[in-house]
Amino acid sequence: MSKRLSWFIILVLVLGYFFLYGPIVSLVFFSFNASKLVTVWGGFSTKWYGQLINDDQVITAFLLSLKIALISSTIATILGTVAGYVLARFGLFRGRTVLSGMVTAPLVMPEVITGLSMLLLFVQMQQLFGWPTRGTLTITIAHITFTMSYIAVVMQSRFSTLDISLVEAAQDLGARPLKTFFVITLPIVAPAIVSGFLLGFTISIDDLVITSFTSGPGANTLPMVIFSKVRLGLNPEINALATLIITVVALGVIASTIYMAQAEKRRQRDMQMAVQANE
Amino acid sequence: MSNDASVKGGRLNRAPGAPFIGRVLRGMGIQPRLAVILIPYVWLVLFFMIPFLIVLKISFAELAIAQPPYSPLLVCSDPEISSTWLCFVEGKISVHLSTKSYVGIVSEYGKSFYDTLYVKAYWNSVVTAFFSTIICLLIGYPMAYGIARSSSTVRNLLMMMIILPFWTSFLIRIYAWMGLLKDSGVINNALLWLGVIDSPLSMMNTQFAVYVGIVYSYLPFMILPLYANLEKMDLTLLEAAADLGCKPLKAFFVITVPLSLPGIVAGSMLVFIPAVGEYVIPELLGGSNTVMIGRELVNVFYQNRDWPAACALAIAVLLLLVVPITLYQYYQNKEAEAGK
Repeated sequence: MSKRLSWFIILVLVLGYFFLYGPIVSLVFFSFNASKLVTVWGGFSTKWYGQLINDDQVITAFLLSLKIALISSTIATILGTVAGYVLARFGLFRGRTVLSGMVTAPLVMPEVITGLSMLLLFVQMQQLFGWPTRGTLTITIAHITFTMSYIAVVMQSRFSTLDISLVEAAQDLGARPLKTFFVITLPIVAPAIVSGFLLGFTISIDDLVITSFTSGPGANTLPMVIFSKVRLGLNPEINALATLIITVVALGVIASTIYMAQAEKRRQRDMQMAVQANE
Repeated sequence: MSNDASVKGGRLNRAPGAPFIGRVLRGMGIQPRLAVILIPYVWLVLFFMIPFLIVLKISFAELAIAQPPYSPLLVCSDPEISSTWLCFVEGKISVHLSTKSYVGIVSEYGKSFYDTLYVKAYWNSVVTAFFSTIICLLIGYPMAYGIARSSSTVRNLLMMMIILPFWTSFLIRIYAWMGLLKDSGVINNALLWLGVIDSPLSMMNTQFAVYVGIVYSYLPFMILPLYANLEKMDLTLLEAAADLGCKPLKAFFVITVPLSLPGIVAGSMLVFIPAVGEYVIPELLGGSNTVMIGRELVNVFYQNRDWPAACALAIAVLLLLVVPITLYQYYQNKEAEAGK
């Protein structure tokens, strides 16, 4: 049924997208403003970009954020994939409800509470064992914990829709469980793992609240630096930084959408060929 | 999860000729299957469950001049025994639980129940989250509906544009609104230039700004589940209704809305739950009078250094969220069942 949409729906869509993108467009527009007063146009200039590149605080914070996001989302992807696999494929085992609860709880827990509880754990641990010192390590542990939940949910839904007959075929042909997992299951779910990793990476690099709670002296991530600058008011340098972030994200999302669409097409074609070959 | 999967899972692990890792684990008396389960389990118990129990424990402590600043849970009645364990063995240990922090939330010296800071912060958080959810639903539903009913190429493009802001920095999207809402901001400048207003509207640091920030940040979370639901709806139902003489608007309210109820609940909870505990938005866009519970929790922890009070607040927020979280999971499970 391809009936034309009513004028009301079209109006809401136009206004809705204007609402979503208007602020972003304005942000990007004023990053090229020569005036220090961010919202008063004073001619075209790229000087804030120059200032941004020479801002050591921002660069150091960015590199730290990148490091934490890479390490934590890699480990979280492994843990989240295992958790998703266990929840989707292991059936009922003792403690499944607890595991499933622990996986989904961080998703719905307010960030201030997750942050507070992690900080109190690290304080307690430091008291008892003298380890870990608060800083990059504690931020990374916190990020692994809450990003693995997102990844586990993605992986659980992927594993539960997995065609079990392929796994059974491999086992019938004598492949051991571990080999079957790495040779059959893993390649099939690889796209989901990649999107899980990207999701974890974005959440980690963007997090402010949990990071601030678990951070220690000297360990300032990019969102922490942005927050401390933005609190004092508008700052043209942040507009420039925002424009760079938005550009990278937009390119990334568009590229991955195209890639996914092509991978899906390829998969369909392969499956058709396999079916034809069998006939 | 069906039982049949567990049977399959069981068979997978009894494949002939155990591999090396399996042999090592079995040698240690651990089933490989158990080892796999333990990996995420141990991590989550250590870094999710235990932290939560620590919060619960501290919430029942009292503020004390100590490092860390709260009274211990286990108190030894004999001051000469230094080790807690020895004290326990001798049976002189007592558990010290105080509800002082919880009482502190609902009572403040010289103020009525409704005027205490935390009760006000609670109420304001719930009201703000509630109305933000309603506004998101009113904007998000027609949008999700429009996207779901457009042609498939347009649909993918529109959905990508909904998801795109989600991948960009949350903080930066809030910052964008600071530039728009300020007294000398873009909106005021435009309105002054157009001659609609004579003096700038004060929008920044108000409750209004907090609403704008929350609705803006969480709108995609409302649209995503609604779209997923509306997209797979059986449109022949609407045709049948039309054939039987039902007007489109009536068919929408009698058929489409009830069928999309799981999507409405999921979207609403995804907006309401994080909005209640929101910290960044009231901190950046709100004023000193927009008290919200997430912000108060941070203040009480870092400025008053009252750890037990912060923990009691955290537990109280979780109690508040139990109902919406349960509701969300109930509908999620129902969806998952229906999908099978």
